[in-house]
Amino acid sequence: MQITCRINNREFIREIEPDLLLIDFVRSLGFKSVKRGCDTSNCGLCTVWVDEKPVLSCSVLAARVNHRIVTTLEGLEEEAKAVGRFLAKEGAEQCGFCSPGLIMNILAMKKEFKTPTTDDIKQYLAGNLCRCSGYESQLRAIEKYFDLEGKNQ
Amino acid sequence: MKTVNQGIEKIDAMSLLTGKAVYTDDLALENCLVVKVLRSPHAFAKIKDIDLTDAMKIEGMECILTYRDVPNKRFTMAGQSYPEPSPYDRLILDRMVRYVGDPMAIAAGTSEKAVDKALKLIHVSYDLLDPVLDPDKALDHKSIIHPEADYHVNGDIGNEVKRNLCASGEFSAGDVENEFSRCCVIVDRVYHTKANNQAMMETHRSFSYPDHAGRLVICSSTQIPFHVRRIAATALDIPKSRIRVIKPKVGGGFGAKQTLVSELFPALVTMKTGKPAKMVFDRSETFTASTSRHEMKIRVRIGADKAGHILAIQMDTLSNTGAYGEHGPTTVGLSGHKAMSLYNRAKAVQFTYKVVYTNTMSAGAYRGYGATQGTFALESAVNELSDLLSMDPLQLRLKNILKSGDTVAAYYGETINSCPLPACIQKGREMIGWDRKFPFRKISPTRIRAVGAAIAMQGSGIPDIDRASARVEVQEGGFYTLMIGAADMGTGCDTILAQMAAESLGCDMDKIVVSSVDTDASPYDTGSYASSTTYVTGMAVVKACEELKRKIEAKGIYPALSASATHSSPVSPPPFMAGFSEIEMDLETGETKVVEFVGVVDCGTPINPSLARVQTEGGIVQGIGMALYEDISYNPKGKMTRDSFMQYKIPSRLDVGRVRVEFESSYEPTGPFGAKSIGEVVINTPSPAIAHAIHNAAGIYLRKLPMTAETIFMTLKEQKTAWPSVLKN
Amino acid sequence: MFGLKEYRMVQSLDEAYELLAQDRNNVILGGLLWIKMGRKQYQTGIDLSGLGLNAISETEDSIHIGCMTTLRQMEISPLLLQWFGPLFSDAFKGIVGVQFRNLATLGGSVYSRFGFSDVITALTALDTQVRLYRAGVVTLSKFLNMDQKRDILEKVIIKKQVTQTSFQTLRKSATDFSILSVATSLCKGNWKIAAGARPSMAILAENAAGLLSPEPDEKTIKAALDRVVNELSFGTDQRAGAGYRKLLAGVLVKRGIEAICR
Repeated sequence: MQITCRINNREFIREIEPDLLLIDFVRSLGFKSVKRGCDTSNCGLCTVWVDEKPVLSCSVLAARVNHRIVTTLEGLEEEAKAVGRFLAKEGAEQCGFCSPGLIMNILAMKKEFKTPTTDDIKQYLAGNLCRCSGYESQLRAIEKYFDLEGKNQ
Repeated sequence: MKTVNQGIEKIDAMSLLTGKAVYTDDLALENCLVVKVLRSPHAFAKIKDIDLTDAMKIEGMECILTYRDVPNKRFTMAGQSYPEPSPYDRLILDRMVRYVGDPMAIAAGTSEKAVDKALKLIHVSYDLLDPVLDPDKALDHKSIIHPEADYHVNGDIGNEVKRNLCASGEFSAGDVENEFSRCCVIVDRVYHTKANNQAMMETHRSFSYPDHAGRLVICSSTQIPFHVRRIAATALDIPKSRIRVIKPKVGGGFGAKQTLVSELFPALVTMKTGKPAKMVFDRSETFTASTSRHEMKIRVRIGADKAGHILAIQMDTLSNTGAYGEHGPTTVGLSGHKAMSLYNRAKAVQFTYKVVYTNTMSAGAYRGYGATQGTFALESAVNELSDLLSMDPLQLRLKNILKSGDTVAAYYGETINSCPLPACIQKGREMIGWDRKFPFRKISPTRIRAVGAAIAMQGSGIPDIDRASARVEVQEGGFYTLMIGAADMGTGCDTILAQMAAESLGCDMDKIVVSSVDTDASPYDTGSYASSTTYVTGMAVVKACEELKRKIEAKGIYPALSASATHSSPVSPPPFMAGFSEIEMDLETGETKVVEFVGVVDCGTPINPSLARVQTEGGIVQGIGMALYEDISYNPKGKMTRDSFMQYKIPSRLDVGRVRVEFESSYEPTGPFGAKSIGEVVINTPSPAIAHAIHNAAGIYLRKLPMTAETIFMTLKEQKTAWPSVLKN
Repeated sequence: MFGLKEYRMVQSLDEAYELLAQDRNNVILGGLLWIKMGRKQYQTGIDLSGLGLNAISETEDSIHIGCMTTLRQMEISPLLLQWFGPLFSDAFKGIVGVQFRNLATLGGSVYSRFGFSDVITALTALDTQVRLYRAGVVTLSKFLNMDQKRDILEKVIIKKQVTQTSFQTLRKSATDFSILSVATSLCKGNWKIAAGARPSMAILAENAAGLLSPEPDEKTIKAALDRVVNELSFGTDQRAGAGYRKLLAGVLVKRGIEAICR
């Protein structure tokens, strides 16, 4: 079947299999930031936005993004760098494999919360697993990022 | 110091954080054959026949390989220096399958769908055998898991394979029975730690292709590129010179990638077909068909006199290595040596062990490597001892622990140069507020908070065995290339080794370029495991840089001027840690959460304090997972019951409370800039410190992990008399 | 891997049902989360996304939630909060993560009738009906006990009345399934106590709830708790034993009642 969608502000028209998953679709188009960490929709590594909402691309049919807008980390380079600088400063990325999904969800959170509390942050990001960092350095970085964003407003 | 001991950002940070294509699967050739493996549904069976007729009819199938197609040369997949202490008990595909998940056929085709379809059409007939699932019943079981005639061990590891005994041994110093007879208090208990999965976010994966000279190139997410080269050559029965291994960025390892897991399957396909091939393990395979932490049952006997002097320690470990012996003979040693050595004032120590085969997934390497299990056992016993002595558990430790300058019999006779453990304990005691909070505070009629503590040590590399080399070369324009063979798996070793080089050469970090590992180009390194990289490879870097500096001083600086060095250490100086947990327990449900965990660490000079801190925080949280949540279990037929992140719950950020870390740094004279290791010691204290806090909250000792709300609650119910008196109101 | 030979975005429920009835291997796609985890090979995946069934709306006496509404939508819905308090946000916040809940649909959650479902536990404590394409409007409890004929769950209808609620759960870790979940509600003097993940599906403890007055004293509550534990059955699975669940039920129900009384 054929689908048309916008990914990172570029239109793609592609012939796809009906059961192709969004993660495999965007990776095949070269958006390799999107990672797969599990088979059971539990890890959050594959987070992308569909129509601006964070979702697990491993659990979305590519067929379903027909005429919709998909955003991966490649489409948010500047925003990713802004968050990334705080994470890098703490050494929070470690192996980095969960970072793209985490940053996608941090940026999604930013659209819902101007100044999230520590609890808001932990709740919103609970579906983003990380095995390296123990989360503490991520929290330090995220809190500093939102502090700065708050001051800039 | 300008660059060393500075919290510098990782050199690869921004490329990882912006999602650049740097990992194995991102770099795989587009035209790779898809490789998958048909796995045994039985815990123990002999394959009578495999019929591929229907499967090969599927369009797009390239080949399906079975035991008939593999070299008949046994090997171990354990990434250890040759001659490996792990037994040669494997073939790539064997006629005998020894656990649910053991590979039976390798299928390669042009699409995942074709391969999936073909796998379903492979018909296998078996002779079912009686599996050995309980490690307590493994020894002299009527089923022999490795009856094969070509089973091989490289040295004396106390192996009696026909008894399902993979390894055994003993060590003693002093006369324990005599010392026990002088003790007024003795704790004698068995502690049980379960198998755990390393659960790095990037599952096992590799791809292979033939190069222009017909050599086999294996690109793999591994901690051990050079061991992969050697072991793959043995397993595939080709010369080592015909293999090149490339390690891209690695999405976490924690020991899981110190064993070959995925590499041989695509490699064999490439050898047979001449085509590029790729295998990516799914999460379920990563749980059920890789390696885990060794399950151990450890009996501890520890005795003290009235004044709290520990006189004797006896430990006896039964370790379950599963179907294959990867890392079995070596992990077990740490369960005794790296625990008992902490209490060097003891007059006598004895350690005995057995490692048994069972028909469960092979155990392997996981951060802590046996020391974690031993620390849970011994530290729990020490906490029980303090209770019997009515002595503050921290005082008891301060009275008995090893000191700088000690020669430690249980630690292979090494002399300890740097041990600030008393300062670690003191600082942690203040940070957690021990004197206010010990043993417990009731914060509501149904909720109680309590604290607990434990200490730990590890090593820094394997003495005289780990070997690392480094090469620095001056390039045009006055920058340097640093070539290393150590494998950064997210830990940041590329960065900290560059920091050491910059410090040695007196230049800025941006003048150092670090290449990732390619066995054709990188200098030899045994790999990143056993807490070796900072300490061993770091020293090689320092030596090479010093040598280059001498050359520059003598000859001036010009492109192509270079220096190389190799390093191996005769000692393995232990890093130390004191861990303190504060938990909150819901007395009505048993639900127990870690409110705060404090870790005070001595890793010698932290080369990069930010990264050392994150290593520590990460290790603590993995340790919390082991203590409270993570549990590999099998059903009565030997099938693993938790094989996904839905069933095997690693901690989420809501599960771990606050983690606070400080350093109490000593200076290790044999390490680079005074550094020791950090990667592993940090996982050892959470289990015993949390078990201790649970005891202080509820008066119960839990000696088996994980400690779930249900176990806590049901144990409480049975032992109500043991509740602290304040709760009876 | 699961497989899908065809994908169809339908234009009407009639078309969806016709497709569903055509082939046993055709399937209604909800959030895809469970379908994707299985290994089944389906013929046609039927997508209801184009039918506007992803909204929460109100009529004079009820609230209608379309089957394609996500759990996240319900969790942050001011309308649901206004009538039922934080029941849904409390019940859903432990379900994996925000990204998961942006996909998981109400229809998929209810139609699957999973024992562990926090969604069903929460809905059971309200006056809830479901509208099925073929069977029409039935109460939630009737639906849960009906023979599983192939049908399409079009929407969930909750009676619009101010209800005090409480959701209590115990999980082994924060984003795991519930070991036991209890939703308690008080509406116009009538109590409802729903317990799910026993590990079988949520049901009402009607006898226990019947004992409770609008402002029950300690003795009445105690009697109700005793009744709950005897009225409901509990089982053992990978997450907990029946004995523990039974003891837990008393605690969680007590907490639910107390939270409402406070």
